[in-house]
Amino acid sequence: VCIHRVRSCSSIRFIKSKYVCVFDKSALKFSHQQRLFRTSAVSCGQIVQFKLSDIGEGITEVTVKEWYIKEGDSVSQFDSICEVQSDKASVTITSRYDGIIRKLHYSIDDIAFVGKPLVDIEIDASKGVASEEDVVETPPMSHEEHTHQEIKGHKTLATPAVRRLAMENNIKLSEVVGTGKDNRILKEDILNYLAKQTGAILPPSPKGEIVPPQRKAEAVPAAPKDKARKIPVPVSRPIAFAGKDKTEPVTGFQKAMVKTMSAALKIPHFGYSDEIDLTQLVQLREELKPLAEIRGVRLSFMPFFIKAASLGLLQYPILNASLDENCQNVTYKASHNIGVAMDTEQGLIVPNVKNVQVCSVFDIAVELNRLQSLGSAGQLGTSDLTGGTFTLSNIGTIGGTYAKPVILPPEVAIGALGKIQVLPRFNSKGEVFKAQIMNVSWSADHRIIDGATMARFSNLWKSYLENPASMLLDLK
Amino acid sequence: MVLQSLKNGLWLSCVLRTPKACFWSAASGGLVIQSVSNDVYQNLAVEDWIHDHMDLEKQQVLFLWRNSPAVVIGRHQNPWQECNLRLLRQKNIKLARRRSGGGTVYHDLGNINLTFFTTRKKYERMENLKLVVKALKALRPQLDVHVTDRYDILLDRQYKISGTAAKLGRTSAYHHCTLLCNADKFVLSSVLKSPLKGLKSNATPSVPALVKNLFEEDPSLTSEMLLDAIAKEYAVQHQIDHHITLINPADETLLPGISDKTKELQTWEWVYGKTPKFSVSTCLNMVYKDSVFDVKVNMDVKHGRIEVCNIDLPEQWLPAGLYSELVKSLTGSKFCPNETTTLVTTLLRVCPQDDELHSRWSLLCENMIRLM
Repeated sequence: VCIHRVRSCSSIRFIKSKYVCVFDKSALKFSHQQRLFRTSAVSCGQIVQFKLSDIGEGITEVTVKEWYIKEGDSVSQFDSICEVQSDKASVTITSRYDGIIRKLHYSIDDIAFVGKPLVDIEIDASKGVASEEDVVETPPMSHEEHTHQEIKGHKTLATPAVRRLAMENNIKLSEVVGTGKDNRILKEDILNYLAKQTGAILPPSPKGEIVPPQRKAEAVPAAPKDKARKIPVPVSRPIAFAGKDKTEPVTGFQKAMVKTMSAALKIPHFGYSDEIDLTQLVQLREELKPLAEIRGVRLSFMPFFIKAASLGLLQYPILNASLDENCQNVTYKASHNIGVAMDTEQGLIVPNVKNVQVCSVFDIAVELNRLQSLGSAGQLGTSDLTGGTFTLSNIGTIGGTYAKPVILPPEVAIGALGKIQVLPRFNSKGEVFKAQIMNVSWSADHRIIDGATMARFSNLWKSYLENPASMLLDLK
Repeated sequence: MVLQSLKNGLWLSCVLRTPKACFWSAASGGLVIQSVSNDVYQNLAVEDWIHDHMDLEKQQVLFLWRNSPAVVIGRHQNPWQECNLRLLRQKNIKLARRRSGGGTVYHDLGNINLTFFTTRKKYERMENLKLVVKALKALRPQLDVHVTDRYDILLDRQYKISGTAAKLGRTSAYHHCTLLCNADKFVLSSVLKSPLKGLKSNATPSVPALVKNLFEEDPSLTSEMLLDAIAKEYAVQHQIDHHITLINPADETLLPGISDKTKELQTWEWVYGKTPKFSVSTCLNMVYKDSVFDVKVNMDVKHGRIEVCNIDLPEQWLPAGLYSELVKSLTGSKFCPNETTTLVTTLLRVCPQDDELHSRWSLLCENMIRLM
């Protein structure tokens, strides 16, 4: 559409007639076409120089600090164009016209002058749907209308819905045979084309609809899908969902995750899960919580889980080991630096508590408090985040019961703790009682850890937690 | 002086009906409002809200606010250049970027902020500052205060007690200024000094000035007295009653959309990401075992993210593969200690588990992070 207009810029009458011969009569119902015929002298892509208006206080020059648009962008009246600064005042310059930015007269940090041109705007009275990419943003229409789309010199007639369908499936309309009136391309034609491509037989039910349903806020009009050759009945079209996909580079935290998880993928994982009855531990923690508070420390369940894990690692040190790159050597780490997965605003981080083997439960609680406050403030140091040998992830605080945690290299094991639920269980007398149940899901590196080792470690850990008094016997 | 809380349903319906709020009091040439919050982001959001939504044709507004400790940089400034970010983080002092131009200021409860809202046409900074001086002189006639042509207010001809900045939009404008009553000068001077050397940028630099608190001149003065005096003078000049209306910046019904504005002001993209492009060219002084050596570092930072990164390490000090991994990871990531720490510690997971290597890596990375 745009190309036509520029080429036939010389006389409005010429454009008029050109459009009439191309469009179907129903095109005249287009609201934006009506605008085209109605406009006065300021049309036909006239370039207007938008001058920098008076700032006030007798200011004659400003520094351009930021452009909100670039050449080629389309702007509407009142859209922000740029930010300029003059003597402690920051000024937002907004556009006076609708149109397309054709030239920026200044670069960032240049001095701009009041009364001199700031940008050149090509006034465009109607915002026609000129490019293929604009399909999704077609204005709402109440009846079927036809637009012509110029692709490589071919004129193809297709409704916006059909064009959208084609675009979403990366189909060139020029390659589709239209079976409608005037070789118009119908939805059936697109579906047929796709069927030929994929060899699939497309089911007639709405479920088989190619257009992905989740992209649209409203349902795509449910035109009859059966293969009977009939022109689709014009349907009342709901407002098109004008959302666009957004692509961003993977940076920062996500980059870190990509690296870790790609390396973790190389580890053959096996899983092992169990159920822990924390009834006694819950009671114990209730008793100890006020004591810890007096000392200024918040006592959660984690210090107990961590200490019990360390006691377990003393018996099964292979779970606190590291396998070298070539799988030639296993290094049994002396320190139990137990990592605690933390969810922060930016993503997952895993600081670790150092030397748990020589820490009391209270020491661990203190250290956890410190790591948690640093973590939420985004101020963890490198030493807090390195040197871990074993990890526990308390995903249960967010929710869930079972998990399949991923081992964080260079470690060989990890445990994910589900949420504590109150469930009915049988006691030794066969009576039902309220039990505080938590599920643990372990993952381990099957190259050096076998199922039996994992199971025995888990059983030992479980016994310490189910009967906290037994921890006293083995505490170092 | 009357402090009036906003419980009037009349204005509420008025606010909700019209997109450009025909605000609280129906017929008067001016309105004085004071924030009940000391949160710098909430208060800056109120400024944004009034600028975007209020019709200032019939009614100009004076907004009074104070913040708990915060450093506020101008729209086009560079926080790395303007303040000691490490100290800010340690002391839990907030960092905010305002939408007006100008330089960096330190706020605490001993500093009061005044924002004069007018239409774009009626934007006039000198008048506003003269109003403030008049109010101060009315309160304490012996005070030697005057307005300079740089829009500062000086005490005793040499100490800066107020700095100014402004924002102009399409139809409305605001001019805001600080006023030092009883701020902590020690913290002020230590946080407004950047330890980062070798920073090259076109960001607006701040002009350091000698400051003094009004309290030091006259210990009987308090922030409340000053706020009241200025509000009174404004009322006189705008021929309105001396009322200060309290507003709560967290009230979404009163100020629809305010919580989004508040959130935006706190995003990393706004506070750090809006920094104009700059480069860092510095030397890390590394002490490793028995040797001491310098490592030249060059980085280009755009939108707060590292665009280009060069670290001049001695040959083979780190394996080549690891060095290029480090540079690749840093490129495109935020010039931010938290993000860099996460990245470098993660990289350690996937490289050979060698203690020597790990300690070299940690040394280098810790030095790099200290720059941020």
